[in-house]
Amino acid sequence: MTSIILLSVFGILNLFLGFLRSNKVLLPGAMLLLLAVFGANYADWNVAHAPYFNNMLVVDNYTVAFTGIVLLTTILLLPFSRSYVTSGEPNLAEYYALLLFSLVGAIMMIGYDHLIMLFVGIEILSISMYVLAGSNKRDSRSNEAALKYFLMGAFATGILLFGIALLYGATGTFALSQLGAAVANPANASLQPMLYIGILMMIIGIGFKVSAAPFHFWTPDVYEGTPTFFTAFMSTVVKTAGFAAFLKLLAVALPAAQGFWMPTIQAMCALTLLLGNVGAAAQSNTKRMLAYSSVSHAGYLLIGLVASKGMLTGDATSGIFFYSLAYSIATVAAFGVLKLVAEHRQEDSYAGLNGLGKTNPLLAFVMTVAMLSLAGIPLTGGFFGKFFLLAAAVGQGYIGLVVFAVIMSMVGLYYYLRPIIAMYMQPAPEGATPVPVDGIQTMTLVVLALLTIALGVVPGFMSGIL
Amino acid sequence: MLTAVLLFLPLAAALLLLVVKGAAARALAFGASLLEFVIAAYVAFDFTRHGSTAYNLDYRWIASAGINFHIGLDGLSLLMVLLTTFLVPLILLSAFKRDYDNPSTFYALVLFMQTGLLGVFVSLDAFLFYFFWEVALIPIYLLAGAWGGERRIAVTLKFFLYTVVGSLLMLAGFVYLYLQTGPAAGSLAQHSSELTAFYNLKLSAAEQSWLFWLIFAAFAVKMPIFPFHTWQPDTYTEAPAPATMLLSGIMLKMGIYGTLRWLLPVVPLGVSQWQKPVIILSVIGIIYGAIIAIRQRDVKRLIAYSSLSHVGLMAAGVFSLTQIGLQGAVVQMLAHGVNVVGMFFIADAIERRTGTRYIPDLGGLTRRTPILSVCFLIMLLSTVALPLTGGFVGEFLLLAGVYEYNAWVGAVAGLTIIFSAVYLLRMFQRVMLGPDSSFSETITDLTGGELLVLVPLIALVFWIGLFPNIFLHISEPAVTNILALVGR
Repeated sequence: MTSIILLSVFGILNLFLGFLRSNKVLLPGAMLLLLAVFGANYADWNVAHAPYFNNMLVVDNYTVAFTGIVLLTTILLLPFSRSYVTSGEPNLAEYYALLLFSLVGAIMMIGYDHLIMLFVGIEILSISMYVLAGSNKRDSRSNEAALKYFLMGAFATGILLFGIALLYGATGTFALSQLGAAVANPANASLQPMLYIGILMMIIGIGFKVSAAPFHFWTPDVYEGTPTFFTAFMSTVVKTAGFAAFLKLLAVALPAAQGFWMPTIQAMCALTLLLGNVGAAAQSNTKRMLAYSSVSHAGYLLIGLVASKGMLTGDATSGIFFYSLAYSIATVAAFGVLKLVAEHRQEDSYAGLNGLGKTNPLLAFVMTVAMLSLAGIPLTGGFFGKFFLLAAAVGQGYIGLVVFAVIMSMVGLYYYLRPIIAMYMQPAPEGATPVPVDGIQTMTLVVLALLTIALGVVPGFMSGIL
Repeated sequence: MLTAVLLFLPLAAALLLLVVKGAAARALAFGASLLEFVIAAYVAFDFTRHGSTAYNLDYRWIASAGINFHIGLDGLSLLMVLLTTFLVPLILLSAFKRDYDNPSTFYALVLFMQTGLLGVFVSLDAFLFYFFWEVALIPIYLLAGAWGGERRIAVTLKFFLYTVVGSLLMLAGFVYLYLQTGPAAGSLAQHSSELTAFYNLKLSAAEQSWLFWLIFAAFAVKMPIFPFHTWQPDTYTEAPAPATMLLSGIMLKMGIYGTLRWLLPVVPLGVSQWQKPVIILSVIGIIYGAIIAIRQRDVKRLIAYSSLSHVGLMAAGVFSLTQIGLQGAVVQMLAHGVNVVGMFFIADAIERRTGTRYIPDLGGLTRRTPILSVCFLIMLLSTVALPLTGGFVGEFLLLAGVYEYNAWVGAVAGLTIIFSAVYLLRMFQRVMLGPDSSFSETITDLTGGELLVLVPLIALVFWIGLFPNIFLHISEPAVTNILALVGR
């Protein structure tokens, strides 16, 4: 709760900082504010809080853990906005403020205990993102991305809201804990068609937000057009919050309807894995590849939902937490490097990374670690993320799904290796100069790489905490 | 504790090499690898006198999942550790002979690779084993891919995908086994990935039958066994010489070692079910590799196919499931490691002098290079398995083991000696003897620095050839133990 209050206050504060017309204070300011929020969030760990707002929001370890991921991701992402600072972007303060506000939405999505709160959270997050997707006003692709994202997103939210209404009609409540009992109540059996349509609509709405197939079609275009900095935010924070909300919905409110949603989620999972990985393998643009790769990672996280079997604790939940963390860190690293390189070389295809190992060994190293982590190679957090999730699914007996996921991760190897090949095995373009990286970015990149390796070498400190 | 030092010393040196550049980098890399060998030698000395208990380390790694950082030594791992620590300094010395771009990164990757290799040989926990198994792959992929020949990108990508697909199948097998285990004593987790927990599993023959192939996939690709070998000749040819030496000298042994430690005793029923098909595949590999080797015109490629042929015999010996066959495989792992590194070193030495590996372009080199010729011949004859050399002891025991399994298979496998004599001596004849080529007058003999690499290798060739008992004695209890577990 403190984190929501702090973020809202800080967001407004940031807007006022913008009046100073000095972009130099904004970046360190925003980072310090976020660090303070991170600390406040950490203080809630293992502390029992009564629910807030008439039982609409709970702050338990689940909320704190996932909030920690989105805050950490944002803190580590911020240094890569440096080029906006130096370019003299006039509306910078507003962007930072929107980021902070969207985090409020993300935390509401994670901590909700009431479907209205979920809806409010999703809307706060989404509306900020619609604006940020179009923040590069002079670029037509950014405008296209914003429009596409907004139109599609508005439809998805509408469907989600309709689903919530139907769920209310079938059960007579919005509160998650009461929903669980109401869905299980045999007296409501006559309303089952309404309930099922409601569940399906909610799955579609949230599936859109986390870009799970077949509701992922907006992802590549929107990711490609959106300024890289906000793409990174979209593919990490939105996804993490979306999955935290998704898991809570299925595990707390709908365990009794498992027979209905389980096959749906399984089918979505297989389809997401297939379309994400095969789509990514076909790309020649690093940013589009990362977009499809984020779709494929939604597929792996969906395995976690399948394996959770309607429980908010245990192997699968821990697995989703660990996976989201490892994925977010690696994705921030990948997008961070890509942003720096693409801005300098004006090229975001694989060829744009050529010879980076020679010109910028550090950037190349961090990108390699990120790619290996996303591919799930040992020594990186991504390996244990996949390992925990798949082991949880095998433990629940979903062998077929896991075998399919493993095959798909083999496809993943192919496209994650291509940036590595470009960086180390292709010569740098004629007259390539090193990509300029400032001190704070260097430090952040090192932290990102070290965190990824730490998660891959001593995963014990983050696994099994939920 | 010393085991952990052995494991992490190369890694520490590799990290230091990220900041140390220039001549100091060479000194640091070589010094660290030499220190590593000294420690390994001390460990071996102490091991033979006091046994292995002091080298067992067991820490909680991922407590919630029952996965431990458990490393230890037995005779088999000790010999592999000795081989690795013996070869890496020599491989580094050979890397100093060439001017690679960005040399300190090159040495760092070699040392990083050493940690991965040693980890594979000392792990006693399935997931730790898998972890190091993959860790060893990353540096060798970068070494071969970034410093390799013209076709390196496609070739190393194929190598990477082949091995990773194999390892993922092995991981799937391990996860299945892991979920069958009960909790370890004193652990809160429901399962355990300890090697002994795997040994104690009682699985049905049907389960073991498919588990066998899941786990064996990784080892078969790594060795490689026919028909999983198609990445091997290309990769060996395209990789820079030190990487080829790492691949053929040590990494190949990961497959044999893995089979001995993680396959035979874990799924014995599966092994007895598939023993015959695997031996037949191995023997096909022997003949196939040898016949293709005869036709090769590239020295490095010829040695690559020869290695394919020889590893087939090692696999056949392992799957004969006889004491003598397994012991032969252990000795041959050492002998082959030494031989193949020596052969690739000499091939590289010739290429450095002449700029070509193409056999028809070479010829009559021996007049100006007596020392090179002698070294080449010794390495070559050991590969052919001439008595007095290490190769002879290994191959003789292996063939005896295969013969004990089935006389006919043994007879066919025995052709390897004849075949390798044919293709290796023919190569020697056409490269070193034969009509003069444009290089015959200008080529220079081995330098002192190069002899520094070859003399230890040659010494070991004769040591294994003349006194194999030292090594056989170290590995004997471990081999007996493995066979007892297979036979239960």
